[in-house]
Amino acid sequence: MAEIVGGVGTSHIPAVGAAVDKGKTGDAYWKPYFDKLPPAREWIAEVDPDVCIVVYNDHANAFSLELIPTFALGLAEHFEIADEGFGPRPVPAVEGHPELAWHLAESLILDEFDMTLVNEMTVDHGLTVPLSVMFGEPDAWPTKVIPLAVNVVQYPPPTGHRCYRLGQAIRRAVESYEGNERVVIFGTGGLSHQLQAERAGLINAEWDYQFLDQIVADPEAVTKISHLEYMRDAGSEGIELVMWLIMRGAMSPTVREVYRATHVPTSNTHNGLLILENV
Amino acid sequence: MPGVREYDDIPGTFVFDGRRSRAGYALNMFCMSLSDPRNRELFRDDEATYLDRYPLTPEQREAVLERQWLRLLELGGNIYYTFKLAAFDGMTFQQLASKQTGVSEEEYVAMMVSGGRSIDGNRSRRTTEGPGPEDADHG
Repeated sequence: MAEIVGGVGTSHIPAVGAAVDKGKTGDAYWKPYFDKLPPAREWIAEVDPDVCIVVYNDHANAFSLELIPTFALGLAEHFEIADEGFGPRPVPAVEGHPELAWHLAESLILDEFDMTLVNEMTVDHGLTVPLSVMFGEPDAWPTKVIPLAVNVVQYPPPTGHRCYRLGQAIRRAVESYEGNERVVIFGTGGLSHQLQAERAGLINAEWDYQFLDQIVADPEAVTKISHLEYMRDAGSEGIELVMWLIMRGAMSPTVREVYRATHVPTSNTHNGLLILENV
Repeated sequence: MPGVREYDDIPGTFVFDGRRSRAGYALNMFCMSLSDPRNRELFRDDEATYLDRYPLTPEQREAVLERQWLRLLELGGNIYYTFKLAAFDGMTFQQLASKQTGVSEEEYVAMMVSGGRSIDGNRSRRTTEGPGPEDADHG
């Protein structure tokens, strides 16, 4: 059977992608953050996954207000990089895993998670920045990728509780796949940040540290965080953190924390990175 | 879906709910169109004529042409869509944030480098700060 061998939580800040693409990672502003990445990159090189399921949100690129899927699963062989208004990021295109993705689609829908199925879409910084964080700048990404886009732009996003249960269903789906793929699942977005209006720039590091502690040790408690609390305490865009619960739900109830790093600030955001293994 | 929402007391924040999405649909779809480089060229050539394609309110039209960044959000703009217009102008997210918050880019960046905007005093417009009973379950 296929197996989930690790979980990654990471922010997906566009400025991180721009720093990589423009060769600025050694600059004074960026170096303290990028100096925290080697342990995570060494871990994923060692784990060497065949497939990464990347849970992220599209930021008005593949989807618009015309059609707003709550959970959209990418089934394609190939995903091009989105033009987010200033040309696509100069990173490799993303290769999918249609066979496993279709298995996930069938398993999840029959498990009562009504996924939207996507045969053609571009992927934006929400997906590519986490790949850059974990894999650096390869000529081709060293893993197949199954994108799972979650709506967190149009209120309301799915609840944290629903996301956690979806993660559990993803674990069941992966473990019922007859291949022997080794899968790492990414939950991305956050930590606290607000990009809009007069409260832009909000960072609540204390709240974030508690979130990180709890998502490792007591994820059921995290599923009880209301949308109101995310928006009030982690900022209106901090509500992206519900996506980390999909990753956490796909891991075993007890996990080992392999690595954690945080950095204030990256652009407008408290930047977080968390690596988990099943126990 | 009018009426007061439990999140309406969060200061300096526009939650992009159905009320705002309906008010801002044409505005946001205009912004979305700037994802296409051909549309960016057309908009660059003649902004006012390009905007005729979208049924904007006079206020929304003025806010686009005058680059009234905070007003765009008040009129139903979503931050990720609004950012397409800012990116068209060559702005970064931090430059957009400084304009929305009414400070210089230098002041905004300095605030971020020093740890960001504090949550203290920024949780609620209610006079008594602190968690309401509805958000007491985390912690």
